[in-house]
Amino acid sequence: MAKYKMHILCCGGTGCRASKSDEILENFKKIILEKNLDDEVQVIQTGCFGFCEKGPIVKILPDNTFYTEVTPEDALEIVEEHVIKGRKVKRLLYMDPDKKEHISDSKHMNFYKKQIRIALRNCGFINPENIEEYIARDGYMAIGKCLTEMTPEQVIAEIKLSGLRGRGGGGFPTGLKWEFASKYHDDQKYVVCNADEGDPGAFMDRSILEGDPHSVLEAMAICGYSIGANKGLIYIRAEYPLAIERLKIAIKQAKEYGLLGDNIFGTDFSFDITLRLGAGAFVCGEETALIHSMEGQRGEPTPKPPFPAESGFMKKPTNVNNVETFANIPVIINKGANWFNKIGTEKSKGTKVFALAGKINNVGLIEVPMGTTLREVIYEIGGGIKSGKEFKAVQTGGPSGGCLTKDFLDTPIDYDNLVAAGSMMGSGGMIVMDEDDCMVSIAKFYMEFIVEESCGKCVPCRLGTKRLYEILEKITRGNGTMEDLDLLKNLSKTVKATSLCGLGQTAPNPILSTLNNFYDEYVAHVRDKKCPAGQCRHLLKFEIDPEKCVGCTVCARNCPVNAITGTVKQPHTIDQEICIKCGACFQKCKFGAISKK
Amino acid sequence: MKRIKSLDDLKKLSKNAKNKFDLREKANDPDKVVQIKVAMATCGIASGAKETMDFLIEELDRQSIKAIVTQTGCMGYCYAEPTIEVTMPNNDPIVFGYVDTKKAKEIVEKYIKKNELVDGILPVNYETIDKQ
Amino acid sequence: MAVIIENNTLKPEQIEKIKNICKSHGNNENNLINILHETQSTFGYLPKEVQEVIAEELNIPVGRVFGVVTFYSFFTMVPKGEHPISICLGTACYVRGAEKILEEFKKELGLEVGQTTKDGKFSLSCLRCIGACGLAPVVMIGEKVYGRVTPASVKDIIAEYK
Repeated sequence: MAKYKMHILCCGGTGCRASKSDEILENFKKIILEKNLDDEVQVIQTGCFGFCEKGPIVKILPDNTFYTEVTPEDALEIVEEHVIKGRKVKRLLYMDPDKKEHISDSKHMNFYKKQIRIALRNCGFINPENIEEYIARDGYMAIGKCLTEMTPEQVIAEIKLSGLRGRGGGGFPTGLKWEFASKYHDDQKYVVCNADEGDPGAFMDRSILEGDPHSVLEAMAICGYSIGANKGLIYIRAEYPLAIERLKIAIKQAKEYGLLGDNIFGTDFSFDITLRLGAGAFVCGEETALIHSMEGQRGEPTPKPPFPAESGFMKKPTNVNNVETFANIPVIINKGANWFNKIGTEKSKGTKVFALAGKINNVGLIEVPMGTTLREVIYEIGGGIKSGKEFKAVQTGGPSGGCLTKDFLDTPIDYDNLVAAGSMMGSGGMIVMDEDDCMVSIAKFYMEFIVEESCGKCVPCRLGTKRLYEILEKITRGNGTMEDLDLLKNLSKTVKATSLCGLGQTAPNPILSTLNNFYDEYVAHVRDKKCPAGQCRHLLKFEIDPEKCVGCTVCARNCPVNAITGTVKQPHTIDQEICIKCGACFQKCKFGAISKK
Repeated sequence: MKRIKSLDDLKKLSKNAKNKFDLREKANDPDKVVQIKVAMATCGIASGAKETMDFLIEELDRQSIKAIVTQTGCMGYCYAEPTIEVTMPNNDPIVFGYVDTKKAKEIVEKYIKKNELVDGILPVNYETIDKQ
Repeated sequence: MAVIIENNTLKPEQIEKIKNICKSHGNNENNLINILHETQSTFGYLPKEVQEVIAEELNIPVGRVFGVVTFYSFFTMVPKGEHPISICLGTACYVRGAEKILEEFKKELGLEVGQTTKDGKFSLSCLRCIGACGLAPVVMIGEKVYGRVTPASVKDIIAEYK
């Protein structure tokens, strides 16, 4: 049996394959065989290393040497020098852009240092259904420290000092929120965890609850101790059955171990947590609406003040935080606020989890320090755009956020920069779009979502968003006028200024940001009646190229409205008056004779 | 299992748990115990992680390979579900992507039994806070 | 699967079931949503008759129950098919072509969103993100999640249930 001493790993990700990594792999295999090294050295194709910008990547184990921008011709040199003589091929090593030094071990490279897992520290590491594994990772140490060594005021001071801000959207300082809640006194107070992850395209809260439920339970208890509450409620979406199941198991285990319940750690602090299920309403992410929903009512928001800190669940003082915010708390207590606030930017501390999705190679959940740029996230960690297409925009902040163009790729991501760029952090969804995505359609997509999800309580949101949607619909059908664009802008501003809650106040953001950043695309729809991305069906024009058409009649037979005419073996034509732009002919033509414009 | 009544209780339990945890990773019998973690969040399960996990448990048992197969949460490599992390004794963990039962069989036959790598390795691309 | 309620009247044992669900939640109107969840998972849907029993047990107006049932998209007043099909129209699925998948299901089943086939086998609905964006576009049939669905694969998926 062969006992390999060395492994050569060749990246087989889409990006690297586009730059001949297949050939590199074949060359390595051939050379290793020629030199009779196949008993000692094994050549392997791997998944994407994520560092596509420097691809193709070749990695040598066990010394962890990371070669970048390798060409098929380099394989021979790597084998002769590195594999046989043990000398690294310097010119292929990664060059640190700041220090101008070669770095051979990928662990020391900026790119791999870019992800730091705080909120996700245990996800994918421990068994979420076994409390002892959480305890083995210093679980429940933080609540222990708070109860035995710190006063509630000290805990709040520590969270304030850490600079942690709410991860659910708004970015309100968490310590300050806790302080407000601690100032109202009542016979009963509540801690609420907002696990109603409504932003379509964001799934970090689900992953945390499924992968590390105890961190949220522990943090809620810490919050309870510092604000003087002994009851906790988790409001969770019914769409997440697995997360609900894992939470139930975690709560049961924590109670059995005496880490929830009466007199925790023998102190007089008691804390209990129960679950409340959501039922599919985006507006319930807004804290007043969420509270009404937990009370068994329609999830409609009410004006603030009074803030929940004063009058929340059952009219009692209530503190609401989101899942990811809570997941940071135990680490801050264990490692100290000063450890935490060294990570991130001046006004946004720590890390943020992003759900990378859309037209990107490495769809996934990443956690990076605040201040990382979009370019680093999309190209280095995310592995770039799918199928080698052109990056067009990235949508952040979900239906309340906006689309950012390539002009913003080098903007460091934090709460304030994203707002300044016309979007927002939101819960951390990042949907990447390429040249095939029509920005007017994207705005329409979000507006359709908002129209459906508006609770209907206030007029600007209920009627305003509906009108906005109708204008967008008109534009995508090719019936828009230039006046519509002004109307769109003005009405958006009105809805923003006059809506009751956060949902309405942010609902027009996708429109405003696309109007700002992609005005030409709107104009193309309105004035030229063209959709540059080729997505708006009504603006498409299908034409048959008589040069390429061989008259096979497949298109004519597949046309549902008989818009295509012609005789066998003669070029066919499409009657634009009859054509319903379904695209069936375009898909069926084997000769590429039909064009979509 | 006993109730934790003080911080000292917790520290004791934590120490024990750490030992157990360590034991799982380093194992008494370094030649035989393999540790496998299967990412079992919603997307993992939707892609067939449960079948993969069941298969691994059965297959390793059938071949009398001493191994500990556990479930864990999302590892973040959503594009490559189902994903599993295999830690061979005295080796760094290796993450494999797109592990259906066929791939799982290949991993058992090649990586676990012969220490040969197989295609489809996913590079670990983050640091945990312990290393900070 | 939906329980059939004949002639719009509940059988005594069905009423008893609802009462027990309410009781297990302390007949507390604050738990209305959890009660509705449990009742819907028992009956498959929440018709008027069921809402009336719940209202009586919790001592609240039927209008309040109705208001909550119609507010939340998770609750339904019409029975779903034996195999409820939900197409995810979250953003990640949308940019990866979920609309085309929806069109294909509509065509294959001859259904509009919100409808159920005559034989009661399939019903079609949309939902917003189940958090499996890595597999986009995603379709859910019952509890099972199908990822990376293509228009061409729709036929095969439906065939699994025929």
